[in-house]
Amino acid sequence: MTAYADERTELARRAPYIKGRSLWIDARRRLFRNKAAVAGMTILGTIAAIAVAVPFFWPYTYDAINYGLVNCAPDWWPDTSVMCNAGGWHIFGMDSVGRDLFVRVLYGARVSLAIGLVATLVSLLIGVSYGAIAGFVGGRLDEVMMRFVDVLYSLPYLFLVIILMVVFNRNFFLLFVAIGAVEWLTMSRIVRGQTLSIKQKEFIEAARAAGVGTGTTIRRHIVPNVLGPVVVYVTLTIPTVILAESFLSFLGLGIQEPLTSWGVLISEGAAQMESAPWMLIFPAGFMAVTLFCFNFIGDGLRDALDPKDR
Amino acid sequence: MGQPILQVRNLNVRFKTPDGEVHAVKNLDLDIGEGECLGVVGESGSGKSQLFLAIAGLLASNGRATGSVKFRGREILNLRQSQLNQLRGSKITMIFQDPLTSLTPHMTIGSQIVESLRVHQRVPYVEARRRTIEILELVRIPEAAKRMNQYPHQLSGGMRQRVMIAMATACGPDLLIADEPTTALDVTVQAQILDIMRDLKKEIKTAIVMVSHDMGVIAGMADNVQVMREGRIVEAGTVDQIFYAPRHGYTKALLDAMPRIDRPIRAGHVALAPPSTIGAEQRLLDVEDLRVHFPIKIESFPFRRTKLVRAVDGVSFSLREGETLGIVGETGCGKSTLARAVLNLLPRTCGVVVWCGRNLTGIADPAMRKLRKEFQIVFQDPLASLDPRMTVGESISEPLRSLRPELNAEEVRGEVRAIMEKVGLDPAWINRYPHEFSGGQNQRVGIARAMIVRPKLIVCDEAVSALDVSIQSQIVDLILALQSEFRMSLLFISHDLSVVRQVAHRVMVLYMGRVVELADRHTIYEDPRHPYTRELIAAVPLPDPRAERAKPRVALSGDLPSPLDSRAQLSFLKSKMIDDPDAEQYRPQLIEVAPGHFVAEHDPVRTVIGEQEPRRRAATSRG
Amino acid sequence: MVSYAIRRGLGAIPTLLIIVTLAFFMMRIAPGGPFDSQRRLPPEIEHNIKAAYNLDKPVYEQYLMYMGRLVRGDLGPSFKNKDFTVTELIADGLPVSARLGLSAMIIAIFLGITLGTVAALNQNGGIDFGVMSLAMVGITIPTFVTAPILTLILGVYGLKLFGMDITLPVGGWNGGALANMVLPVTVLALPQIAIVSRLVRGSMVEVLRSNYVRTARAKGLPNRLVVLRHALRAALLPLVSYLGPAIAGLLTGSLVVETIFGIPGIGRYFVLGALNRDYTLVMGVVICYAIFIILLNLLADLLYAALDPRVRYER
Repeated sequence: MTAYADERTELARRAPYIKGRSLWIDARRRLFRNKAAVAGMTILGTIAAIAVAVPFFWPYTYDAINYGLVNCAPDWWPDTSVMCNAGGWHIFGMDSVGRDLFVRVLYGARVSLAIGLVATLVSLLIGVSYGAIAGFVGGRLDEVMMRFVDVLYSLPYLFLVIILMVVFNRNFFLLFVAIGAVEWLTMSRIVRGQTLSIKQKEFIEAARAAGVGTGTTIRRHIVPNVLGPVVVYVTLTIPTVILAESFLSFLGLGIQEPLTSWGVLISEGAAQMESAPWMLIFPAGFMAVTLFCFNFIGDGLRDALDPKDR
Repeated sequence: MGQPILQVRNLNVRFKTPDGEVHAVKNLDLDIGEGECLGVVGESGSGKSQLFLAIAGLLASNGRATGSVKFRGREILNLRQSQLNQLRGSKITMIFQDPLTSLTPHMTIGSQIVESLRVHQRVPYVEARRRTIEILELVRIPEAAKRMNQYPHQLSGGMRQRVMIAMATACGPDLLIADEPTTALDVTVQAQILDIMRDLKKEIKTAIVMVSHDMGVIAGMADNVQVMREGRIVEAGTVDQIFYAPRHGYTKALLDAMPRIDRPIRAGHVALAPPSTIGAEQRLLDVEDLRVHFPIKIESFPFRRTKLVRAVDGVSFSLREGETLGIVGETGCGKSTLARAVLNLLPRTCGVVVWCGRNLTGIADPAMRKLRKEFQIVFQDPLASLDPRMTVGESISEPLRSLRPELNAEEVRGEVRAIMEKVGLDPAWINRYPHEFSGGQNQRVGIARAMIVRPKLIVCDEAVSALDVSIQSQIVDLILALQSEFRMSLLFISHDLSVVRQVAHRVMVLYMGRVVELADRHTIYEDPRHPYTRELIAAVPLPDPRAERAKPRVALSGDLPSPLDSRAQLSFLKSKMIDDPDAEQYRPQLIEVAPGHFVAEHDPVRTVIGEQEPRRRAATSRG
Repeated sequence: MVSYAIRRGLGAIPTLLIIVTLAFFMMRIAPGGPFDSQRRLPPEIEHNIKAAYNLDKPVYEQYLMYMGRLVRGDLGPSFKNKDFTVTELIADGLPVSARLGLSAMIIAIFLGITLGTVAALNQNGGIDFGVMSLAMVGITIPTFVTAPILTLILGVYGLKLFGMDITLPVGGWNGGALANMVLPVTVLALPQIAIVSRLVRGSMVEVLRSNYVRTARAKGLPNRLVVLRHALRAALLPLVSYLGPAIAGLLTGSLVVETIFGIPGIGRYFVLGALNRDYTLVMGVVICYAIFIILLNLLADLLYAALDPRVRYER
């Protein structure tokens, strides 16, 4: 009878490779086969690289004002009825106080991406540890901890951020922390849910039966297995944070001049939309493309890490 | 046989997946005659389910079927949905494996049957309701008019599958396809469902296709049998031909792999080693009055109440060195909880566990961890019991790393390679991941992990239940071989009485958290005393058509009662039952009827089986 | 269910308490107060004003007094809008904001479910791709970009439709006239339509693959019945859980929209109040929003249970 039942064993025995493919390697392969995700990563990488490098090669600085060129269009602007053309390397035109828009858009990218990353990191740190502890310890502690999250969920959170910003006079650092501190709620729920479901898996019980301690179990079994959904959620949190910052900037509560962010640039651009549309188009375009990229990467990661969903 | 009602010619089913094309059904031909009952048997991945989904036009969106399927001479393969819908649900109907997920959760069972009648027969609503009640009564659903208004989750598994059958027979089909209709059910419930289907076959003269992996189920139902393997039919014939004169090697292998409750010792398989006589009085494990109770919150007005589920309620047994104790029972009887409580993986409510003369109650954590070297566990689901992000080598070595920290990396690797060889795995696979292996191979990894610290006791918690029969028999052989080599003791937990008969020296039957009978392997199967044990054994389908035909009809109906109902434990001792679901009930005592043969107190068998009403009532109160 | 609702209602009280406390002290630790202005007031007058509003007392005493009045349903006088109590201001602004938000939500739910279902039924097809690309655009472009663009198209240039020139008012409320509602409601609804349709598509795709939908198809039910009767209800469950956060999203959106279109809703009061340190007004708006969020969350949970008979009330 072995002739039939053991066929799969035989097939595996004949397989040329011995090195196993881990789930991460599998996921990476699937991710790189996803064209939208790869495009997203490439574009995002390019934007980030230029944003970092721009002060080293661009002829203009973000705060240099040229009063002669206020509200001037870039040279190549097709609409000839504009007041003036900026000339030189002002390829995105000028803003309403006569600063080079290209360098400002990329400085905006620096700020917006930084806020996205830092705030997400804050939410990641709080959310993962909080959720993992609540989920793994369980029982009363879990109940109390999650009850607390529920309470915070019914806070009109953006209102609190607004109050915070008003109160602390638009402190740049606090902005990061405030947004991150409201975004951790969802993260902790996701991590707790994942932890709970993994905790019930038999391999956790097997670890206990094998005499593995609690700390080692969390480190060796729980954390690596929660990582997948967390990574996906992180890529989806960054755009949310960037949007939240831009809302605040729009209400005049975000970054302060002369520093800038996409939110600030867009709200300035929206005010000048009729006379100088490039002031809206470029920052809005950059922001939309970036958010698109994050969403594509997030979707790609989800499909790659959770292949049943195809 | 006359004109076949279904004629399949050259059918191919292919699935496009990201990892390439899967050819699930290959050039298949099939005929089903009027009123015939055809059994289709095959293991997982044989394409048997996809074959019939393709016929009914229900393939997943990435699947394509080619070839020809004629129903009463009319081509139906890849027919437009709207035309297919005139046949589906009226002339061709289906019953699926998992009745819980196969019924729409937010619709009452009545409305799900009514809508079928209304769409196909265009009867008025009141008439459809009346007919639905009739059909539900036909599949022996008690209080059908009341049940109509219940949701699927309020019914037990057996009741749900009856609803599925009622739905499939409502419009008087010419062909009923049952895809593993009893696989998700307990053995006693399975017997009832099969009984209902046999009655229907006689009454409505529908052609039935019975798809199953279980040769026993096929033997009891089918007139003709087709054996499928890897998308092809390897052998076809009448049921007697297939079972008594199989020609194809695969059919023979399948029949040989089936564990038989009526034949504990089989040629060509590893036999159970006798328990060691040396130190026979040396008791490895002593369990005394073990109880595990869980509080469950119940919604009631105005405040929530907690009720106790007595998962394990006063179990005592002992185990000697080299001995295997089989623990048998149906879903919810507490067998897995018992095992975990013995191993200190779950807190015990009360009771004493003595391991080699040492009381494990209140033992400190570090001392317990040291003791873990001596007992290990093998789980049911081979894939779920391995961390998907660890290589099998890491999984196997995990107990070594925490229980024998004195070993260095090289020694650990040596041990892992040695044990892998022992359990029939190529040591070269040490760096592979569980998802690259089959279920049987992963179970070997699980066994290797348990064996690597050379424990004195291994608990097998349904360790072979999730495997195909052919793999199952290999794993059983492996466990028996390892036991005769290393002489460890086993607690072998299973719902499958046939397997237990093959591997256990003694067998303990659990019902609602309590022992109802405990005896050695031969006595319990040949001379069962407790009515529940008798019922369990009678319900096991035999892969032997003549024996199945000769078998008496099942006596009991209804389902297992709710574990929240304290009356449940006294289902077989009604004379002492207090009719209040919350009352503290009488505890039946175990009586030694012969040396080593213990039976729980029960009412005379005749009264228990004659009187069925309270069990039905208990089932009604479920959910 | 009634007991569940009552228990949830009682459970909301500590939540509200925390919110009020948090908001109260956050406002107070701020440097500056409502009566700091460019020109310095004579000390006596300043003292008198502060005494009139009890601002001269220690913070904890102010807190207790505020809570005491709150229990009696009194939100106090507005510091900046003299002659008005906070209750009056909210009674003024809330109906406007509510009308705006509810209209947007109803449109978003209706359109989102339709688009999401259609996309799921054509999974991986052209329609699916189109709807999902639009949804992505809707999610990534913030309201303060769509608002000026739509204003430009519909308000400034105008639209020629059936030979009629349609030019919408670009701002103001005008007592809630339909023409004044179109732009703000559209802007508010767009991102929500996008999110709802993505959500519904995702869950619908999953439900369409479920065993019971297969059973419904095996029963030979027409496609319309399979989708509407068997699949849709389960596919809406994630949407119902999303309703709570959705309302929060709508509120932040309405802050921006009310500011852009100059609509006298409570969102505007809030922004102005926060900037002016009008303590009582800000507190009043926060409490009002919190009650709304709690109530709507409760409603969403009850709705969830109504849609899914398996749910038992927990927590």
